[in-house]
Amino acid sequence: MLRVKGLSAAYEGTPIFSDVSVDFVPGKITGIIGPNGAGKSTLIKNMLNLVKPVNGYAELNGVPLVKQAASVAYIEQRAEIDLTFPIDVLDVIVMGTYPKLGWFKVPGKTQRAQAKAALSKVGLSDFAHRQIGNLSGGQLQRVFVARAIVQEAPLVFMDEPFFGIDMQSEAEIIRILKEWRAAGKTIVVVHHDLNKVSQYFDELVIMSPGAGVVAHGPVAEVFTQANIQAAFSPDLGNVLFGSGKADSAVAAGKQEVAFND
Amino acid sequence: MTSLVAFFNGLMQYNFLQTALITAIMVGVMSGIIGSFIILRGMSLMGDAISHAVLPGVAVAYMLGINVVFGAAFFGILAALLIGFVADRTKLKNDTAIGIVFSAFFALGFILISLAESSTNLHHVLFGNVLAVSDSDLLLTNAVLVVVVLFTVLFYKELLVSSFDPHYAQAYGLKVQVLHYGLMLMLTLVTVSALQTVGIILIVAMLVTPAATAFLWTENMGVMLVLSASIGAVSALIGLYFSYTFNWASGPAIVLTAAVLFLLSFILSPKQGLLRQLKGGAANA
Repeated sequence: MLRVKGLSAAYEGTPIFSDVSVDFVPGKITGIIGPNGAGKSTLIKNMLNLVKPVNGYAELNGVPLVKQAASVAYIEQRAEIDLTFPIDVLDVIVMGTYPKLGWFKVPGKTQRAQAKAALSKVGLSDFAHRQIGNLSGGQLQRVFVARAIVQEAPLVFMDEPFFGIDMQSEAEIIRILKEWRAAGKTIVVVHHDLNKVSQYFDELVIMSPGAGVVAHGPVAEVFTQANIQAAFSPDLGNVLFGSGKADSAVAAGKQEVAFND
Repeated sequence: MTSLVAFFNGLMQYNFLQTALITAIMVGVMSGIIGSFIILRGMSLMGDAISHAVLPGVAVAYMLGINVVFGAAFFGILAALLIGFVADRTKLKNDTAIGIVFSAFFALGFILISLAESSTNLHHVLFGNVLAVSDSDLLLTNAVLVVVVLFTVLFYKELLVSSFDPHYAQAYGLKVQVLHYGLMLMLTLVTVSALQTVGIILIVAMLVTPAATAFLWTENMGVMLVLSASIGAVSALIGLYFSYTFNWASGPAIVLTAAVLFLLSFILSPKQGLLRQLKGGAANA
């Protein structure tokens, strides 16, 4: 079990959330949702110690996560990657084998074969030798998913994996996530599109600016009008759950209710 | 042509010229390798900073009569740590922290060198004097080259992943900070070797220009490393020829050669050259 224990975070001295404790269930896909500034990305970055938490930590099966970091596959927001880097798709995926290889061991035929298998799994076999800047956003995201496949880590963290990508890529990634779920992995996804919450996630962590986690548990229990109204805004709760009087402009945008962090 | 013949005759005849050439080529190779990582990590300014920041180390080493490597390595790493410390503990941006620390170190070094009043010629430290390279300098440069190549070969995959996707590397537990300071140590070693060849002021050019030239020609990291090292070596060779023939300072001659090679690549490279862009523009119009 992946547990967050009393985690507090701050950015340059300003608190973002404090004393957050959440459990993430293995074999489930957990979504983290909330408006801008709620600290969704901050939560996973603090869990992974990419940003030092003010207080608290994450543990996996009773051992702090920082001591077993190789168990973590992390797919960060695409925007943070240098797309001009002289590297091709296959070599990016081979990086997924690095954690297991450890120091001084060089990836060889076995690792390249693993990478090729993962590449075909995400439907990009023809792109093995493309420089990564020549891919679409969705294709690139699938490459990072393939890298996570190769890593075979029990924990997968994804930050806005579906932001600005094509439908086909989104469907391919969801298919892989479901395979991982069946294999008993713990999957944590920071997500912005409230429309697909019930479709994609088993569990939900709802965050709100200043309040930290306002609700968490199975989607059916916590994805409610009351919780969304508390975390986002009363209007949004009404629009999403189709009751009450909503502003017509907001209602017209119902299909595109999206929050970007 | 006669000048080429004269250069080769000189090479045959003069030991100092052979030593100079071999040293310059080795410096070209090592700075091409380390420079590739420097530019891909967006650390060109850091490269400039560390190379300037070793100056007090050079002065102190002369004063104490110890090997320059130790003084330079100490101050180089100290500068890297200080830059990291200032950037982490204030809200200042990284490039500001770099600007403050390296200029302070450089100023300190300048004063220390004038105080030392030894045979150290400040002009030579700043701009290089490759023709005065001694046999022990040659050995030192050779040792640094071996260390740099070993570092790159042994930690290639870690350097690759931490340059391309540092957060991914950090998330799976790679000690990216250790690697960063390892690279900074290599940078100070390269700086020490390049002191006499190109001088402190122009070292950044040897780090950045051949690597940037290589970057224009390839989309593969391994190829880029080899190409960058080769371009560094060729720049050293041609630059030294000009230096010998026209009595130009060796550092500026080598750096200008590298810049000309960059300019040619900038115009001609198939990947992102100016010609291709112009042609593309015409086709689109």
